[in-house]
Amino acid sequence: MCEIIVAGFGGQGVLAAGIILANAGMKADLNTTWLPAYGGEQRGGTANCSVKLSKDEVGSPFVEDPDVLLAFNQPSFDKFEKAVRPGGFVFVNSSLITRETVRSDVNVIRIDATQMAAELGNARAANSIMLGALIGRLSLVPADKAEEALNEYFAQKSEKAAELNRRAFKLGMDHTAAEEADINGTRIVP
Amino acid sequence: MAKVMMKGNEALAEAAVRAGCRLYCGYPITPQTEIMEYLSARLPEVGGHFIQSESEVAGISMILGGACTGYRVMTGSSGTGFSLKQEGISWMAADELPGVIVNVCRYGSGLGLISPGQDAYIQATKGGGHGSYHAIVYGPSTIQEMVDLTGLAFDKADEYRNPVIMLSDGALGQMMEPVEFPDFQEVHPNKDWTITGKGKGRGHKITTAIYTDPKYDQHVREKYARIAAEEQRWESLCTEDAAIVLVAYGTSGRVCRQAVQMARKKGMKLGLIRPVTLWPFPVKAFEQPVHTAKAFVTVEMSALGQMVEDVRLTVNGRKPVFLYSSGMAPPREAVILQMAEDILDGRMKEVL
Repeated sequence: MCEIIVAGFGGQGVLAAGIILANAGMKADLNTTWLPAYGGEQRGGTANCSVKLSKDEVGSPFVEDPDVLLAFNQPSFDKFEKAVRPGGFVFVNSSLITRETVRSDVNVIRIDATQMAAELGNARAANSIMLGALIGRLSLVPADKAEEALNEYFAQKSEKAAELNRRAFKLGMDHTAAEEADINGTRIVP
Repeated sequence: MAKVMMKGNEALAEAAVRAGCRLYCGYPITPQTEIMEYLSARLPEVGGHFIQSESEVAGISMILGGACTGYRVMTGSSGTGFSLKQEGISWMAADELPGVIVNVCRYGSGLGLISPGQDAYIQATKGGGHGSYHAIVYGPSTIQEMVDLTGLAFDKADEYRNPVIMLSDGALGQMMEPVEFPDFQEVHPNKDWTITGKGKGRGHKITTAIYTDPKYDQHVREKYARIAAEEQRWESLCTEDAAIVLVAYGTSGRVCRQAVQMARKKGMKLGLIRPVTLWPFPVKAFEQPVHTAKAFVTVEMSALGQMVEDVRLTVNGRKPVFLYSSGMAPPREAVILQMAEDILDGRMKEVL
C-alpha cells in the first residue's frame, strides 16, 4: 500500500494530479482510491487530496501519515511535512517553497515546477511536472500508464492542453530520473 | 464494460439511470450535490426529467407524484435537508409508492459539518417520519457496491411498493474508486396500480389503505414482517472462529475489513459482520457468532452510537457489546485492534 497526499493552492491542479495518479493506478490493475478534502480544511484557499495505491484491497480512503507528499505551496508543506512517515518521500515545488525541511528522516526531492512549467508555456502545468517527477523517482505505476491517464485527462479539455501536459510530464520525469542516483534507492511498493 | 474511475455520487447517479430512473427532483446540499449535477445533464439524454425543486420538501413531494405514474423516481439530500424529506417518505410509505431516496450523510445535528458521518442511522432505519413504517435501507461500503445496490434499490422499491433509502456518506460520495456499471434495464411504468391519465372511467386512485382496508394494521404488519424475513443482506468476514466480532457498515465497514485483515496477520481472532441492509437489520448474521464469539464491537461515525442499539437488541444480553464511536473522524484500524486486545485481556469492561 502506498499512501499519497497531494496539496497546494486551489487552481494549481492538485486534485487533477491526484485523479490522474489514481487513474494510472487503475490502468495498472492496482486497487486505488482518491478522496478530496472538501470540508472545512479546504477553506483558506488550500486544496488537497488523498490517493491510495495497493495490490491489496483499500480499506479506509483517508490518509493520515502519507508515504509520499507532493507539496505545491508553502502552507501545504507546513501542514503536511510532519505527517510523512519516516523514510517517506516529499516532492517539493521549490518555485513556491523556499525553506528547507525540518525532517532528517525523509527523502526530499526539490523541483522548480511552477518556473519550469511557465518556461514551457503555462505555469498551470506544474502539476504534470510534479507527477512526472514522482513517477520518475518512484515507480508507483508504469510511466506509460501514468502518461495514458494524464493524456486522457487533458484531452477532455483540448489537444493543446494534452500536448503541453505530456511535455511537462516528461520534463518532470527526466528531472528526477537524473537525480535518482543521489538518493538511497528506496522503492515504495504499492 | 471496462472499469472507470468515478466519484461515488456520480456513480450512484449513473447507476440510477441504468436502473431505469427517469425523474430526479431535489435541492442541492454538500456533500450530495454531484448526484443532481450529474443527473441534470444525464436524465434529458435518456428521455428523463430533472427538476431542481424550490426546497427539499417540494423535491420529495414531486417524486411522490412521479411515483404514482409508475416511473422510477429518485431524490436525495443530506443532514438537515434529509430531515425535511421525512414527511414525504412517510406519505410514500402510507400510499405504498416506490421510490429511492439518497442520503449522502454529513455529520452532526442541526447544520452540522459537511464532513462524512453515520449519525443518520436511526432516522433512516426506524421510520424517520410519523406512523408505523420502515424504508428498506442499504449501506454500501464501496462505490461498486453502491452501484450494485442502487439497481437493487429500484427493484425492491417496486417489488414491495415501498420507499428505499440509500445511506451513503460524504466519504463514499466524494471519493473515486474503479467501478464497473451494469447494462441498462428496460423498465415499463405501467403496473396494475398506476395512474396513467389515459382511458375511460375513474381509473386508479392512490391513497393509503388506512381508509379502505379494515385489516390495515394486519396488512402493515405482514408487509414489513415479510421484508424483514426475506431481505436481510450482510457480509460476514472471518466470523467462524472470531473471538471478537466487529459490526460496521459503510465507510466504517471498509475500515473494519482492513482491521480484520491486519489482526489476522498478527494472529488475533477478529471477525466482522458488515450489514448491507440496515433495515431490515441482518439479525441472521448473528446466529452463529452470538454463540461462538466472546464479544461484539460496533464501529460507527457517530457521537453517541446509533447502530449499537440494534446490535444490543440482536445480541440480547447473550454477549457483551462494546462501542467505538469515532465521532466526526473516521475510525482507525489501530484503535480497533487495541480495543479488541483490551477486551480480550479483560482491561475493558462493557458499560451499559
